[in-house]
Amino acid sequence: MATRRLTAALALALVAGVLALDRVQGAPPDPFAAPPPFALGSGLAAGGAHCAALPE
Amino acid sequence: MVGNTLAAARPARWPAVLPRAGLVAAALAAVLAVAALAGLRYGLLLAIGLGFGMVLEGLRFGFAGPWRAMILRREPAGLLAQLLAIALVAVAAFPLLAGNGAELSGAHAPVGIAMLGGAFVFGVAMQVVLGCGSGTLVNAGSGNPVGLLALPFFAIGSFAGATHLSWWTGLGAAPVVVLAGAGGLALTLAGLAAVAGWALWRAAPGTRRLPRRLWLAAGLVAALALANLVVAGQPWGVVYGLGLWAAKGASLLGADLAGSAFWGAPGHAERLRASLLTDVTSLTNLGIIAGAFGVAAWRGGLAQPLPRLPARAWVATVLAGLALGYSSRLAFGCNVGAFFSGISTGSLHGWAWFAMAFAGSIVGVRLRPFLGLEAR
Repeated sequence: MATRRLTAALALALVAGVLALDRVQGAPPDPFAAPPPFALGSGLAAGGAHCAALPE
Repeated sequence: MVGNTLAAARPARWPAVLPRAGLVAAALAAVLAVAALAGLRYGLLLAIGLGFGMVLEGLRFGFAGPWRAMILRREPAGLLAQLLAIALVAVAAFPLLAGNGAELSGAHAPVGIAMLGGAFVFGVAMQVVLGCGSGTLVNAGSGNPVGLLALPFFAIGSFAGATHLSWWTGLGAAPVVVLAGAGGLALTLAGLAAVAGWALWRAAPGTRRLPRRLWLAAGLVAALALANLVVAGQPWGVVYGLGLWAAKGASLLGADLAGSAFWGAPGHAERLRASLLTDVTSLTNLGIIAGAFGVAAWRGGLAQPLPRLPARAWVATVLAGLALGYSSRLAFGCNVGAFFSGISTGSLHGWAWFAMAFAGSIVGVRLRPFLGLEAR
């Protein structure tokens, strides 16, 4: 009988697939261009995108 | 005798210890790898996501399930834990946002026609699959086949909803209303207390006590949400990252998103070009899936047999997944981005989302048996 091992493995495969797709589609990250570890105290505006943000 | 028993048990324990050590090592390696490849901030965000996944799965802190328990059985514990976590975040987030507005932003969005409708549909859909934004990620990671099937369609729906968002917001929306300062915090805490009071008043006899695991979970979720705000500069969210994954897939398949009012806008186009390892919500989402997997594997939950569901249940799961993604974009967030983060950072839309999604949930819990997702 199939167990959750199968579906959990598929979930991890999905994660791996998303990361592989990103590697093909997106630019590789540049650790030297990374922002400071903490946004608080960095002096920089939050640059991430959030679902509550209005369409630009 | 006792010594002999322990000695005999020792060899049998090793097979359990080794995989668990492997899980911890894999989690640490993933965090370090992301920190090395993309930067320390992104490694920290993956760690925060792993923490969310472990707490949500390990301490059974959720959103859809507790709302269902309140609606069907008048058991308020899970809902009270949510309100407690939101209050704890609000107490710290309000002064943080007030004093560091240039660096930190809240989950602030307008109340509008599409926003209200989206929240209602989200409430229905999250009860159909018994998984909200964070819940679908946790369910998928812990091997729940319904969550696993819903997840990719959630992402596709989120992509489509974002693509059409400008049209929907054009139907009419009020200005963004933000509760801020000491007065705003007092109003938010009073609102949370009022909902808690209502839940306690409605509670079935003997269900009013919050179990210790939920006290702990509420504290940990609040601490992780605050860590998310301090590290990322924005509150905890789920939906944007899922839509971005589908947008990247569409782009890879040849879709031209440059002309899209949403995905062609400079900020979103930049996110499309950049690595997911630098996207805040993608990292926490990946961490939630992996963290939930880790907890499920740690305690042997993956040996659970898969349920046998009728075909209509799988069709309903696909449609509900699409609805979850699409509606949460219109609603400016899901249970995390709108309800949890919206209310805890003072956005009025979080309260409107809660009212509409709870009303939708009342419909959803009644719809679920007819879709073959539980015994009638």
